[in-house]
Formats: sequence, structure tokens, C-alpha cells
Amino acid sequence: MEIIEGKPGKTILLLGNEAITRGALEAGIDVATTYPGTPSSEIADTFSAIAKYLKKKGRKSNFHFEYSINEKVALEIAAAASFSGLRALTCMKHVGLNVASDALMTYLYVGCKGGHIIITADDPYCHSSQNEQDNRYFALFGGAPMLEPATPQEAKEMTRIGLRISEELKQPLLIRTTTRLNHARGPITLRKLEKTRGKGYFEKDPMLVTVPSTARVKHHDLLKKMERAEKISEKSRFNEIITIGKTSKIGIVTSGVSFNYVKEAVEDLKINAKILKLGMTNPLPRKMCEKLIKSCKEIIIVEELEPILENQLKVMAYDMNSSVKIFGKSTGHFSRLYEYNPYIVTDAISKIIGVKNPISKPTSYKIKLPSRPPALCPGCPHRATYFAVKKASPKNTVYPTDIGCYTLGKEPPLNVADLLLCMGSNAGIACGLSVSTDQKSISFMGDSTFFHSGIPPIIDAVHHNHDVVITILDNRTTAMTGHQPHPGTDFDGMGRPAKRIHVEDVVKGCGVEHIEVTNPSDIKETTLVFKRALEFKGPAIVVSKSPCILLENRAKRKTGKKIPTYEINQDKCKHCKTCIGQFGCPAFYYAEDESIHIDEYQCNGCGDCVQICPFDSISKKEEK
Amino acid sequence: MKRKTNIVLTGVGGQGVITAANILGKATVNAEMNVYASEVHGMAQRGGSVICSIRIGDVSGPLVASGTADAIISTEPIEALRYIQYASKKTKVITDINPIIPFTVAVGGEKYPNLDEVFKEIKSRAKLYKIDAMKIARDSGAIITKNIVMLGALAAAEILPFRYNILLDTILDNVPKKYRKINEKAFRGGMDSIQSI
Repeated sequence: MEIIEGKPGKTILLLGNEAITRGALEAGIDVATTYPGTPSSEIADTFSAIAKYLKKKGRKSNFHFEYSINEKVALEIAAAASFSGLRALTCMKHVGLNVASDALMTYLYVGCKGGHIIITADDPYCHSSQNEQDNRYFALFGGAPMLEPATPQEAKEMTRIGLRISEELKQPLLIRTTTRLNHARGPITLRKLEKTRGKGYFEKDPMLVTVPSTARVKHHDLLKKMERAEKISEKSRFNEIITIGKTSKIGIVTSGVSFNYVKEAVEDLKINAKILKLGMTNPLPRKMCEKLIKSCKEIIIVEELEPILENQLKVMAYDMNSSVKIFGKSTGHFSRLYEYNPYIVTDAISKIIGVKNPISKPTSYKIKLPSRPPALCPGCPHRATYFAVKKASPKNTVYPTDIGCYTLGKEPPLNVADLLLCMGSNAGIACGLSVSTDQKSISFMGDSTFFHSGIPPIIDAVHHNHDVVITILDNRTTAMTGHQPHPGTDFDGMGRPAKRIHVEDVVKGCGVEHIEVTNPSDIKETTLVFKRALEFKGPAIVVSKSPCILLENRAKRKTGKKIPTYEINQDKCKHCKTCIGQFGCPAFYYAEDESIHIDEYQCNGCGDCVQICPFDSISKKEEK
Repeated sequence: MKRKTNIVLTGVGGQGVITAANILGKATVNAEMNVYASEVHGMAQRGGSVICSIRIGDVSGPLVASGTADAIISTEPIEALRYIQYASKKTKVITDINPIIPFTVAVGGEKYPNLDEVFKEIKSRAKLYKIDAMKIARDSGAIITKNIVMLGALAAAEILPFRYNILLDTILDNVPKKYRKINEKAFRGGMDSIQSI
């Protein structure tokens, strides 16, 4: 475990997310909290892995880490640590900050005591997300100092130094990353780990209670803090003007991963330019920006998503009565959509400056290739649940879904996802449909999503007697983001035994009268369970319980148990296509002669397909 | 030695493409060279198309620009073609020949193309090296070592700016002791498959 045992001065290869964790440890982090979400997950997973490693070695972790129930709770727990004088970190994906924003907006008024870093991992291009919102707006919206790393090494340093800046200003600080930083690997030079503080102490202070009279004072304080933050930004080593080639009247302003593309583009285009590399992007170093504006005729702004730097630079140029020409999104050279890459950035800069782009335009292949979108894994228990649901439900049934692996039920042939907004939205949407239409609704959420934000809409359904079927797909893990524990597991993020909370007990406590727990690998019984739930007038809950096949097979491999594979008896197969056309496990394929087979490389050995074949042609093969 | 080495690793989620990229990155650090790598995590891993990139030397970011890859290493033949935009005539494309049929073919009415045509198009745009990595992995003792076979093939293709044994040693350091033999066999099998072309 080099990330914790590596000697200071040593260079190791780390993922951007791992580098953030290392930076926090180097600053003596006391409390770290999260709710997992791609692309942020490995920050927290690294804390978790370190805690488990130390536990195994019989050593004590000198930090508290937890996978909290949701992002808002994660932020509140870390904020309390900060109020007690401890150093804290909270990480989440960009949409997680929406959940935490109720706490955040007032927390930024109140301010913190111990340094507190909040990491928002944005996802331009929506690699693993439902939107590509630009969370730099949160820094402007709420009044948070913000850092944006360009490389894993910088991510580590910004976390370490960011905690100090936050402590100095007594203001929580945002670190905004994007997927290409979180999931980039680079060399990291280790520094020594600072001591942690142990227990803090909460000093009472009436100004921590945000009644209107306090809030009005605190808003004033917030603006003063941001003035001080601007002074830090002016002197920050994360903001610098880099001159490439000879002195030039061309300036390029950039931040985050875009800097990497800009630097190589300027080199490849063999042009002279001054690059203003911004690492602390809120507040901007006004004087540094003004210096650039004064010395340039043309300024190119390179930033993914929203024109946040661009608009601020334009305001500055206006205030200075400058005639500098600013190129960016408003001039149509750069897009507000998706993420950038070396070609996009090099091409836009070459067009603005009027030189030839040496990078060839990406050209596609001529042959038509089949698409390969992500799918529910072979052996995933959700597939069996969905198959049963389809058997049980009448035509025109609507399937509101949620955030997790089970969203992949959207793909054919299952087609069991009709509407999705955000974490926990499935049940609220189902309730809304029950008052707005005569269509039946069966909604789906995972167990982790249930605990995150799925409970309030169930209580709403009970109180108003909404006629809905709400399904909790309980695979006992947060699978999509990398199998993190949650309140339904009997261990926590530090590997300690934890009280397991059963989904069915919670919904019973919510007053639900019709609750059935089923094992989806009994497809026939599960179909009947859904039929009964549909017949019940009022809210019915189905808890479909079966562990994630990936975890189950991992455990089997560890204990030396064999994982079976299955095969189709070609003499018995009548080519009805139920296995491919209705069940849709990716391990099934057509051979060139149109006969159907199971790919042994893909089969995870769940055996669910044995039940769905009407001609009894699928059976267990030799063990692999 | 070249100033920059750009390698693209592609395949299907679950085939160990990310693991291979990670090991290659670690080997580069062991060779005391600068490296940036980019990976795909999360939703893209569930059987979807996967691409990772590794850049070695005087580089400042992890993404490979179109037409600038020195090698494209693919654990599945059509995935090599899917990312052909990164290739130029000089690029070495090393691919396993065994198709993994996406479920969109079985249920979505899409077509898996004729492999000869796939190889023909790759050949028209880059240097193609076909290997039966699946067979080599199986013969080595475990089909999950297919990614290691591909790394062996890469090591023999005169792309890496460091010696092959640095990569092999890094692999062996990163697998449990009892699987070392199988992995070494897979790696050497991959090397031999390129050297015999």
C-alpha cells in the first residue's frame, strides 16, 4: 500500500482521485465523508481501502471516514467536524452537490473553523451522469473559494494547500475536478504526512445559529472573506502567466484539464503566446488578469462547458476600457457542449490565429460497426426481476427508474425504464403518474438509492394512498460506483461491523401495508409477487433481494468455489428466442447459422436462463 | 528515443483493459519516465466499449490526439477499428482476433461485420498485427490473462521506450504470487506471437 506507506520524496503513479486522498492525508485530514458517484468515487474508496489496510495490520486509522447516507448528510457531518476545529473533506459527483446544496449555501454564510474541502467531480460529456452541469457556478452562486487542478500532482497539492486556505479564510473551499482529472493517472511526488488532531472541541457561538439577524451579518462577512480570498488568489502559486516562445500579443486564459491541451497545442502550432493558467478560479486574480488584458491584443479563453472565465474577463476588459478582442464561446470558436480534447483545442486556436493545424481531423471508419453500450452484466439479478415484471404487468404500464446499474434496464429487450430525473426520483414520479393517469406504474430503485433519497416519496405514497408499485432492487451494495457499502450492509466504509438496516423494516415503519420480499432468481414466484402488488389498491412495495453477481463471483473465486457456465442443447432448442428476445442476457449470441449459443467467456453462471427457456434446452456445463 | 509515445488500449468492459493500462503506467514509472494515462470508469465498464490511453515522455496531458497513436492495442477486433481515428499509417494496431458480439447484434438487429473487411480497413489505415490472444491466454492457464497477452505483444512490438523486462517485472509485482507463472506464460506468449509474425 504505497499510497500510505510510500516514503516522502518518492514518486508513485496515482489516479487523480487517489492523489486527492493523498493530499488530504498530507494535510492531516481528520474527517472524510462522501456519497459515492462517478467520477468522484475513488477518492473515498481510497480512504476506505487505507482504513481497511490499517485495520488488517492491527494499526488504528487516525481519521474518521464514512460513506454517508447521501451528500447532504456527508456535508453536514464534515461541517460539524470543521466547527469542532478538525480538518475535513467531503467529496461527491457534480449532481451530488445539488443534494448537498441546501446545507452548502448557508454553510458558506456561517463559514468553517478547521479547513474543509468540498470536492465536486464534474462530468463533461456525461460519461456516467444524467447531465453535464458546470459546478463552477456554485462557487460564484454561494461564495466559495475554488481551485481547479490540471494534473493529478496538482490535485494532490491543491487538496493539501486548499485545506490551509480554507482554514485561513474560515471558509469552506471547493475543489472542482472533471472526469479527465479524476480518472487520469500521473506521477505523484509524496510529501510527509501531517499529524491529525484527534478529537476537536465545539465552542458555542450564537453566530453559528442562522436566524435572520445572524444571516444578515454573515452575508456581509462572506463578501469580506471573498475580498481576502482575492488577495490569496493574486499571490497563489496555482495562478501564473507562462510565456511560450517570444513575447507575444496573444494571450490564452485557461483552467483545469484544458490547460494540458492548450500547452501542447501552442507547442504543436509553434506559436508565441502568454498562457494565463488559472488554478484558483474563484475569486479570479483580478490584477493578474488585468495585466494580461493590458499586454495583449487578442485573448483566447479555453474552458470546457460554460463561459465562466470568458464572461468575467469580458467584464474586466469593459471596466478597463480595453479594446482587446476576446475569443471563446461567444465568437463560436469553442462549444459549451461536452468535453474538449487535443484536436478540438488545437484546431480552434489554429483558426483564431490563422495557422495550419498539424493534427489530422478525426476520421471515422467506413464499415458500419454495431454499437456497444453498457448493459446489465450477464447474471445480474435485476434482469430476472425485470423479466418477471414484464410478465406480470399490463400493457401501457409505466416504469419510472432511478440512478444505478438498473437504469440499464432501459435497453432492449427489457425496456423497463421510462422516466428518470435524479437520485430517488422513481417513487415520486410513480406517485405523480398515479394521480395524473389511469396507467399502472411500477418504479425501480436500488437499495443504496432507497437509503439516499427514496424513503420520503414512499411516505408520501402512504399518506396520500397513491396506487403505485415501488420496487427496491436490493443487491446489498452500491454496485455501479464500485461496490461501496451502505446502511443495508453489515460493515461500514472503514471495514468495521455496522448495524444492518433492512429495507423491508424501514418501509414497514413508513406505514406501508403491502410489502413482499422476493428472490428474483425464482422468476415464477417473483412474477406472482408483482401480480399481487399490482392488484393491491394503494402503495405496494416489492423488495427484490439477490446479491450483485460480480460480488458473489468474487467471493466464490476467493474461497475456491467453482463458477458454473451454461450451454444450450441444440437438439432441444426450438429457436423461440425467449432467451435473446425477451430475457436479453449478453452471454447469448447467434452463430452464423442462426443457432443460439452461450458465450462461456461472458456467462457468469447465474442459471436464471434455465427457468425462462420454454423447451428446457439450457443446462449446466462443465465448471470453469 | 522519441520525445512522446502514445498508446491507446481498447476493448470491452470487463476484459481487464483498465488493469493493463494501470500496469503499463506503473512500469513506466519504474522505468523512471514521465507518464499520463486516462481511463474510463463507472457506467462505461458494464460491458461497454472501453478506451484507455497512455502517454509517455514529454507530455502534459493524458489524451492522445487523433492520428498520433504509436500503437493501438485491442482485446477485440472491432474495437480496434472503432478507435482507428487515433491511427496514422505508422501506427501499429495489435488486436485479438476473437469477436465479442455486442448484445445489440442479438437483440437490436445490428450486424457484426465480416472480420476480413474489418482487418482490411485497419490495414488500409495502419500496420495491422493480428494475434489469437484468447488461445494464448487459455493455453497459459486462464482466459482472464488475455490483457497480459496483449501487454506481451506490445512489449515485443518495439513501441515502448523501455525494456520489456521492466513491464514483465511490474506485472509480476502486481499479481498474487500463485498467479505469477500463468501471467508470465501469458506475457511471453504475447511476445512470441508478435515476434513470429
